Amino acid sequence: MLKNFVMPDFYPAAPEIFLLTMACVILMVDVFLGRSKRWITSALTIVTLIGCALITYLTMDGQVVLTFNNMFVDDLLADFLKLLVYLAVIVVVIYSRDYLVARQLDKGEFYVLVLFATLGMMVMISASHFLTLYLGLELMSLSLYALVAIDRNSSRATEAAMKYFILGSLASGLLLYGMSMVYGATGTLEIGGVAQALHLGVANKTVLVFGLVFVVSGIAFKLGAVPFHMWVPDVYHGAPTPITLLIASAPKLAAFAMAMRILVYGLFELAEHWQSMLMIMAVLSIALGNLAAIAQTNIKRMLAYSAIAHMGFMLLALMSGVVGPDRHYALNAYSSAMYYAVAYVIMSLASFGMVLLLSRAGYEAEHLEDFKGLNQRSPWFAAVMMVTMLSMAGVPFFVGFFAKFSVLIAAIDAGYIAVAVFAVLFSLIGAFYYLRVIKLMYFDAPVDAAPIVASLDMRFMLSLNGIAIALFGLFPNALMSLCTYALLRSL
Amino acid sequence: MSSYLLSLAIWVPILGALIVFAAGANKNLARWTALGVALAGFIVTVPLYLGFDMTEAGMQFVEQRAWIPRFNIEYLLGIDGISVLFILLNSFITIIVVIAGWQVIEDKVAQYLGAFLIMSGLMNGIFSALDAVLFYVFFEASLIPMYIIIGVWGGQNRVYAAFKFFLYTLLGSLLMLIALIYLFLSSGGSFNLLEWHQLRIDMMPQILIFLAFLVAFAVKVPMWPVHTWLPDAHVEAPTGGSVVLAAIMLKLGAYGFLRFSLPIAPDASQYLAPMMIGLSLIAVVYIGFVALVQTDMKKLIAYSSISHMGFVTLGFFIFNQIGVEGALVQMISHGFISAAMFLCVGVMYDRMHSRNIADYGGVVNTMPKFAAFFMLFAMANAGLPATSGFVGEFMVILGAIKFNFWVGFAAATTLILGAAYTLWMYKRVVFGEVANSHVAELTDINNREFLFLAVLAFCVLAMGIYPYPFTEVMHASVDNLLKHVAVSKL
Repeated sequence: MLKNFVMPDFYPAAPEIFLLTMACVILMVDVFLGRSKRWITSALTIVTLIGCALITYLTMDGQVVLTFNNMFVDDLLADFLKLLVYLAVIVVVIYSRDYLVARQLDKGEFYVLVLFATLGMMVMISASHFLTLYLGLELMSLSLYALVAIDRNSSRATEAAMKYFILGSLASGLLLYGMSMVYGATGTLEIGGVAQALHLGVANKTVLVFGLVFVVSGIAFKLGAVPFHMWVPDVYHGAPTPITLLIASAPKLAAFAMAMRILVYGLFELAEHWQSMLMIMAVLSIALGNLAAIAQTNIKRMLAYSAIAHMGFMLLALMSGVVGPDRHYALNAYSSAMYYAVAYVIMSLASFGMVLLLSRAGYEAEHLEDFKGLNQRSPWFAAVMMVTMLSMAGVPFFVGFFAKFSVLIAAIDAGYIAVAVFAVLFSLIGAFYYLRVIKLMYFDAPVDAAPIVASLDMRFMLSLNGIAIALFGLFPNALMSLCTYALLRSL
Repeated sequence: MSSYLLSLAIWVPILGALIVFAAGANKNLARWTALGVALAGFIVTVPLYLGFDMTEAGMQFVEQRAWIPRFNIEYLLGIDGISVLFILLNSFITIIVVIAGWQVIEDKVAQYLGAFLIMSGLMNGIFSALDAVLFYVFFEASLIPMYIIIGVWGGQNRVYAAFKFFLYTLLGSLLMLIALIYLFLSSGGSFNLLEWHQLRIDMMPQILIFLAFLVAFAVKVPMWPVHTWLPDAHVEAPTGGSVVLAAIMLKLGAYGFLRFSLPIAPDASQYLAPMMIGLSLIAVVYIGFVALVQTDMKKLIAYSSISHMGFVTLGFFIFNQIGVEGALVQMISHGFISAAMFLCVGVMYDRMHSRNIADYGGVVNTMPKFAAFFMLFAMANAGLPATSGFVGEFMVILGAIKFNFWVGFAAATTLILGAAYTLWMYKRVVFGEVANSHVAELTDINNREFLFLAVLAFCVLAMGIYPYPFTEVMHASVDNLLKHVAVSKL
């Protein structure tokens, strides 16, 4: 019975295995820790992620290695994205601690769920099979649904969790349905196999395109692109801020990886079809995100709409990859998209980090007014927030400018000048609401003169985050080239 | 040949600003540090003029190293006869601004001075960048400190003015970004401005590129009809902000025309020159009339700036040597005069807290020394011979008459209009009986105010009496530019 069984190569999945083991260990250890010793759980979580980072870094060899019957891939793209995910989650854990402790939410479940969500993202990033991808996606999503509802006494959070869960399940359903169509047309769920079947022209195009629509919808939902964006403002707003911070950061990298694996690696032959869908979504996201953000008074909602606009920009790069049969634009376009996603995660961490910094026990600093006069309360953190906002608005010398810049190069290179002009004009509109935050911090007098209390590690990390936004703006080449190189070695 | 002078001109003020921020808690320490940084920033630019080879038309003091190899973007700096004077002017005005804000600004002193120093460095970057992305990055980044300066230390309506300033200018520069990327792609992957000058482009793209640049630079100059942000920004900005805006920031747009529009799209420039001349004349004449009816002194000077900048763009688009050189001289001279005018208004505002002409009258009785300085600058603003204001205007009018008599004629009306609005304002504010008890209580200028007004008065007179050192520097480069523009790139 076992004669066909071959032991798979576990080596490429070592970080995942380590993380899973540690998550179980932490779950056990936490049971024996009282509330006063909860910092051990938090420290263990960070140690686990650093351990994962070490394993990923040490096993990184630049080769494309497939394992588990070609269901799992370890390539440079995966390694690079995973390292960024670990980093983002470490930052999330550090930023969240004060907030959670003040609200007695620092339960062991939080850390374990965060680790499971991270594991889901890692599996998504390394998936080379539609089913693996789906497994990772669900692991991540289910952990996030639970995290949104972690504050059981908050009706707003519960509502957000329900909304997120129902819409998320619907999107997963769409994705699964789309996958089944792809399977029907090509006879395989392996991403490489699908690409080969398409290349040989043996697949039924009609069924495939039909399935593609559902797959793209599923991806768009996870990215939060218009018209699948409805959940974004409500969930960002309703979830406890640390969870918003988590949702707004690392999963964007995983969603980017999912889009790359499915659309570019798997369904590249159908590029002309999915590119036009992405174009519509990109244009709508940029327009709606920037316009709706203006009307918000809650900074979490404002940042949610800004996230929609940013994802539109990322899609703009993804859709510029192929022009007709010509593929020489592809590398530049996809690396721009990746660079954009990375830059967005860095900025997003800093912006929600600032919201967390201003929150105290029993007080949520989630209204724009809470930023009033920050310059008088703390010039340094006002500067960090200013740098973040300007970077999001796409003003140089900050990382956000070069992200937009490289996306625009990709779009104009592919001949979409009108779309580029459109995107640029809407980012002008977008500049207004980012500038408004700066106005509140610098031009207005503070309503609340309380000094800012935060633990040293959070202050340090947030400062570092702000400096990173500025430094990657002054010296953007390293990160840009890394993105390009990782993609080049994995295509 | 490598030289670090331009890098020093850019980064000394910017890094110095960080030291000023660090000294933030102690106001006097911040002031002296800022003054030291501003002086150091000026000193490093002096060798740029002294070591400048006047016979060389090309770029000097070139610095070149890779910045973003991914897109072939270089950290490429260099100056020619057109840009060298602006770097000196900018670094010089920064010292004046630091001194002018000495006793006036009491709130967040370090941030105020630091913002000006950062802006000074960024603007030196704009004048010396020869890589389009580097230029763009400095160009846009310079909005940030100005936005903060207007918004934090400005007047009543500062928030509106700050937003209008930022969004207006951003709109222009974003369209320019698209044009830059288009040029990058059509030049086969280069952002080097000097290579772009040699690039062949068809007429239609040339016109579109010209228009994209026009939006960016016209907003900055500002040309009629996109000038409306300037009066608001000027009125609301603190004195130092107005000085930098008028003396340097407006010049960025005009400089952009010379560095980008004319050499990259010469055919479109020639083709659209009638439009540009028309817009410039509207600015000169119409805005001159608008200035006449202003009741707010700062607004009046703001409109007078727009009118004078109309002269500059007029000089560029008549395509002869005397016109372009006259326009450049006008830019430098306007840098001194408008700075001085705004400082004069600032001196009065600090005492009376009013900019309304109607609140004044008879200032000469209580502030005789000040009235003398103000007189000189008002005359210079009106274009009196022997002041710097005359040289540039006269050269542009000469050039315009060479080009077409009626264009020259229309431009020459500014001599009357300029005299009318400036001197009429001067008369109402300074002469006559002491108008009210507030004016009677005015005290004359102190040593600090005397210092910066005297220095500027010296510059205005020196440039008016002996403009040769200024025109000589730009001669070779302007000549080269005009020869370049005369050759079709189709």
